Amino acid sequence: MTSSTRPTQPYARRAWLASLVIVWLGTTATLVGMPATAQDKFITVASTTSTEQSGLFGHLLPLFKKDSGIDVRVVALGTGQALDTGRRGDADVVFVHDKVAEEKFVADGFGVSRIEVMYNDFVLVGPKGDPAAAAGRDITAALKKVADAKAAFVSRGDKSGTHAAELRYWKAAGVELDVAKGPWYRETGSGMGPALNTASGMNAYILTDRGTWLSFKNRGDLAVLVEGDTRLFNQYGVILVNPSKHAHVKKDLAQKFIDWLVSASGQKAIADYKIGGEQLFFPNAKR
Amino acid sequence: MGKLLPLELKDVSLDLGGKSVLRNISLRLGSARTLAILGANGAGKTALLRVMHGMLPPTSGAVRAANGLDLQLPEMRKHDAMLFQRPVMLRRSALDNVIFGLDADSTQSSVAIGERALRRVGMLGLADRPARTLSGGEQQRVAFARALARSPEVLYLDEPTASIDPQSTRQIEALIADAAESGVTVVMVTHNLAQAKRLADDIAFMHEGRLTERTPADEFFSRPQSAEGREYLLGESI
Amino acid sequence: MSDFSAALSGAFHLISSADPKLVQIVGLSLSVSLSAVAIASLLGLALGAWLAVSRFAGRGVIIAVLNALMGLPPVVIGLVVYLLLSRAGPLGQYGLLFTPTAMVIAQAILITPIIAALARQVIEDAWNNYREQFQSLGVHGWRASATLVWDTRFSLVTVTLAGLGRACAEVGAVMIVGGNIDGVTRVMTTAIALETTKGDLPLALSLGVVLVLVVLTLNLIAQWLKSFAEARYG
Repeated sequence: MTSSTRPTQPYARRAWLASLVIVWLGTTATLVGMPATAQDKFITVASTTSTEQSGLFGHLLPLFKKDSGIDVRVVALGTGQALDTGRRGDADVVFVHDKVAEEKFVADGFGVSRIEVMYNDFVLVGPKGDPAAAAGRDITAALKKVADAKAAFVSRGDKSGTHAAELRYWKAAGVELDVAKGPWYRETGSGMGPALNTASGMNAYILTDRGTWLSFKNRGDLAVLVEGDTRLFNQYGVILVNPSKHAHVKKDLAQKFIDWLVSASGQKAIADYKIGGEQLFFPNAKR
Repeated sequence: MGKLLPLELKDVSLDLGGKSVLRNISLRLGSARTLAILGANGAGKTALLRVMHGMLPPTSGAVRAANGLDLQLPEMRKHDAMLFQRPVMLRRSALDNVIFGLDADSTQSSVAIGERALRRVGMLGLADRPARTLSGGEQQRVAFARALARSPEVLYLDEPTASIDPQSTRQIEALIADAAESGVTVVMVTHNLAQAKRLADDIAFMHEGRLTERTPADEFFSRPQSAEGREYLLGESI
Repeated sequence: MSDFSAALSGAFHLISSADPKLVQIVGLSLSVSLSAVAIASLLGLALGAWLAVSRFAGRGVIIAVLNALMGLPPVVIGLVVYLLLSRAGPLGQYGLLFTPTAMVIAQAILITPIIAALARQVIEDAWNNYREQFQSLGVHGWRASATLVWDTRFSLVTVTLAGLGRACAEVGAVMIVGGNIDGVTRVMTTAIALETTKGDLPLALSLGVVLVLVVLTLNLIAQWLKSFAEARYG
């Protein structure tokens, strides 16, 4: 209250402002600096939701890191989008499951070569009561029955590898989807998990990879109805994005990852991954 | 002769939003006199005050400061100040509100000037209080100090006591008289005739945008020159 | 109802056990969103203050555009930032896609219009109060703007909080430009989206509860500071 203390007042305000600005700049600088200071030894892998969500990468990557010291950053997308990410040069490695699309990717010069790593399998899941009586070992016969019964069926409809496989099975079953399509056939345009959530909510049939199914928790009244048909096997390939198209691709680190996947220790690691005692992925690299 | 005075309005008209607010006003403001502008609501008193303070450019006519300088020039604002009906307090201490009105912000000398101004209005004891926590009367005194700190040649007051209590009104009136005493030319708009009688040397009376008369105060209150002025005083006396 | 009670107890378990993974995700969420708010505040407050005090042809159009941008879907912003930062895009050489920086950029673009539009309103209200006094004192331009921003600082804190809330809650844009990479660009919202797609709805809901609690805590702190400061500074 005395006049002698007063002159400091305006300066106190300046200090207040200054500290605010410092906090501002500080936070901003940390973030801008972040990617540069983070581990430099990393590669980016564009892969599918099925491998990420089944937990396979959570199992494999720490083992690879221990062997090589390389961090692998996985961006989980549908196969189509994953290939597109590689095409744009935003990933070093593409690890997906759609042989036709993968071969086109390599033929177009975006990938160096396609190397087969492992397979898993698809299963047809549906209501335990099985209103279409589709249960069995024959996927095409089962789909035919679903279409004939016009039983609710959920499709990914997102141009993913699983979606591509589903369309192949319909064709093989002799069902002309364009004609047979009706309210019973629901295209969700979403990933495996959301599509399963939809199927669970609608109590509908759906084609899914076994890995995502086994790690999926919100099953409701659904159960596996068709499995074991060799046509349901689903081959995964790994491709190094072509460094001659995208010079920044970390080809040495990325090649180490690919080499490890097909090596004895990589293949064993894949075979060792189990959920509830069940093996999800079957290594079949040709060496 | 000052930087601002004598201030000369020649045939000034002002239109606002398509409405004629001031019509052909000519007025000369000399120095060291207190002028009260009276008139009914909507007569154009406040608009005239703002034109004289350089806040509103006239639609036609001319306003000239001393030496024929243009009143609208920004540096002219260093020579006059205005007190509004409702004091505008910035979100800072009373002292900082006063200092804000000075050109050089927060140097030692402006702190001294600000403290002197606050002492003059009897607010030095509350100098460090956030201005917005002060009462209405106290805020108006801080606003007064802010105006005084600029050492204005002319002080414009727009109904300075219309929204404060009688005791604060007495304090503000004392400050106005004190400022006039020290040589500041005061121009005030008021609806309080007693206040005009107490403070004003001259009266300018306005009616519907026109200046109907300009007379010494004692003459206006005993023998108003214009019919409108007579009618106004009649209405007030009922 | 059991889903909700499971989610609540799950949330409290996550918090009480201070799960290191959760701590990392919450930390990244906060640093990304706070950085975005810092950048968006610098731009948005300056833009808002400028719009509040200036009068020019086209001002109304800019304000309308800002208000419209507030409703821009995050996915669209994410897509635009993705195409800009992609190796095949114009800023591809910096390799920012799938990094926290990309997420900061997307969120900053998302909330700058929000902060600018709300700040414009707050500052313009103050400007209407101050205008005559400023004119009388010959205060204009930069000094007038700075004074207005300073004097409305408590309300502007609320404005930036609105931006922070939007940034923290946003999922579409950061999913696209960040890629939801475990340990690198996985934040609260993308983690919730991931757990939902895995069908682990209780865990997703638990994470949602944690997110709400984090944002709530920030708001309570800011609210408390604001009321304290207002009582003190008027």
